[in-house]
Amino acid sequence: MAGQTVEQAAATLTAPARVRPRRRRSSTWVGWTFILPNFLGFATLTLVPVIASLALSFLDWDSYSSPRWVGLANFERMIHNETFWTALRNTAYYAVGHVPLTLVAALGFAVLLNRKLRAVRFFRTALFFPYITSLVAVAVVWNMLLSPDLGPVNQFLRAIGIDNPPGWTTSTAWAMPAVIMASVWRDLGYYMILYLAGLQTIPAELYEAAQVDGASGWQRFWHITVPSLRPTTFFVLIMLTISSFKVFDLVQVMTEGGPGRATLVLSQVIFREGITQGRFGYSSAISMVLFVIVLTVTLIQFRLQRRSER
Amino acid sequence: MTATVRRVAAYLLLTGLSLVVLVPFAWMLSSSLKLDNEVFSVPIRWIPSEFHWDNFTRIWDRIPLLTYLRNSAFLSITITFLQVLTGSFAAYGFAKVRFPGRDALFLAYIATIAVPWQAYMVPQYVIMQKAGLVNTHLSLILLQAFSAFGVFLMRQYYLTIPDELSEAARLDGLSEYGIWARIILPLSKPALASLALLTFVNTWNDYMGPFIYLTDNNLWTIQLGLRSFVGLYDAEYAMIMTGSVLSVLPILVIFLLGQKYFVQGIATSGMK
Repeated sequence: MAGQTVEQAAATLTAPARVRPRRRRSSTWVGWTFILPNFLGFATLTLVPVIASLALSFLDWDSYSSPRWVGLANFERMIHNETFWTALRNTAYYAVGHVPLTLVAALGFAVLLNRKLRAVRFFRTALFFPYITSLVAVAVVWNMLLSPDLGPVNQFLRAIGIDNPPGWTTSTAWAMPAVIMASVWRDLGYYMILYLAGLQTIPAELYEAAQVDGASGWQRFWHITVPSLRPTTFFVLIMLTISSFKVFDLVQVMTEGGPGRATLVLSQVIFREGITQGRFGYSSAISMVLFVIVLTVTLIQFRLQRRSER
Repeated sequence: MTATVRRVAAYLLLTGLSLVVLVPFAWMLSSSLKLDNEVFSVPIRWIPSEFHWDNFTRIWDRIPLLTYLRNSAFLSITITFLQVLTGSFAAYGFAKVRFPGRDALFLAYIATIAVPWQAYMVPQYVIMQKAGLVNTHLSLILLQAFSAFGVFLMRQYYLTIPDELSEAARLDGLSEYGIWARIILPLSKPALASLALLTFVNTWNDYMGPFIYLTDNNLWTIQLGLRSFVGLYDAEYAMIMTGSVLSVLPILVIFLLGQKYFVQGIATSGMK
């Protein structure tokens, strides 16, 4: 960046005044032609909807009648609606389970795999594969594995002496843990790769020096690996948090938000109100809440990250 | 602890944990070759008493699997092609051409990556509804072909290509489009492959997009088809697993062929 600015400054100083405006105009034109094909689609179908969503949240509108300005009525209705609060609590529950478990599992596997073992590539492939498997297949298989009476998971639990294993997706208390378990299993490979990339940037000399000083394996992990991975952890945390608050497919296919409303999450409420019921304004108001939560959590993490850097 | 002991311990730990991670797949594969009443046998039988390969032929008559697979393939290929094409083209503009407003525009791209899709899916749906595109493949193509993520990933890669190369080409009289096509594209093959694979897999596996936009059974993708099969015949355990295996198979093949590009793509997008 700095190099570019200097170059630009030099060009400004040396170029004859008459030529410069023409050159700039022509490169603007060229630049835009490159961006335009993508930008047209991006603007109409992403940028405009993002902005429209905010406006919609202040309107009362279904797909038939004409829109009516209602101010904060949608938000008012939302805070008096119990389904909204249940979904918000469930989303938070999911995030609180999913984020730390995935992070720890991903980091653990990455550290284990970051050594010169013979079968490293096989393990990496095996662990990454769940991430690119379709959610429908994942959900279907997990639902069967977790089947209360004859499912393999409960068979195993009974075999090791747990007489009354949980009913998993059929129980209001265990449905969310079941969803979290399946989601950790699915996501850990992706974050493991991010961590592996991070681990490869740590200089080996650091570990050698620590070993000479007599640091144990655990001490080396705690005092070298963890601090060196801080930027990666920061990124992983943000990505995990954002994706947790957006969770939809897995819940939709595994439990459809049930039993009862035990696993109902915010994005399902947005989907049901907006697309199924056609209450565009109300559903957009809930999206705004989701957006603000994601933004706030991200900003807090940015703050914490910056403070720990100082 | 000696080095050998540690090494063995690491191997054992990894093997154990990888097995745990792979168990669902093993179970899926083994169940797909069983009879329905054998799937939940107690104790679990990992190897079917008899291999029912006919599950893999019978399923084609049970659900319009061919239609679903064809729709998924069509959408995945079209969307991947458009996304790689427009994404790499736009990324050139953002990475290699300097013009006023460029950085502000790029910021808009980045900012939307952080906005959860649910926050704007309703306005998107309204636009598609007004355009009369709900329940068409075109709606999904338009929604997914112009991703901000693709532009971001390609731009990050282009930034690592030294500017001197394009400068030299410019002096030789090549136009900007020529530089993109003849110099930058050939140099960015790994990034193109990463983006293509990630997009293909995401589109193939996408559930929510088709779920919202496609109501007509003839237009359904494999994910919707599989899901509805589960809903309709939830006691046909073996057949459901057969369908799941068939839906995962293309991804497995693509993954094994392009493994290193997946890793590269994730690492590139993750490291900024």
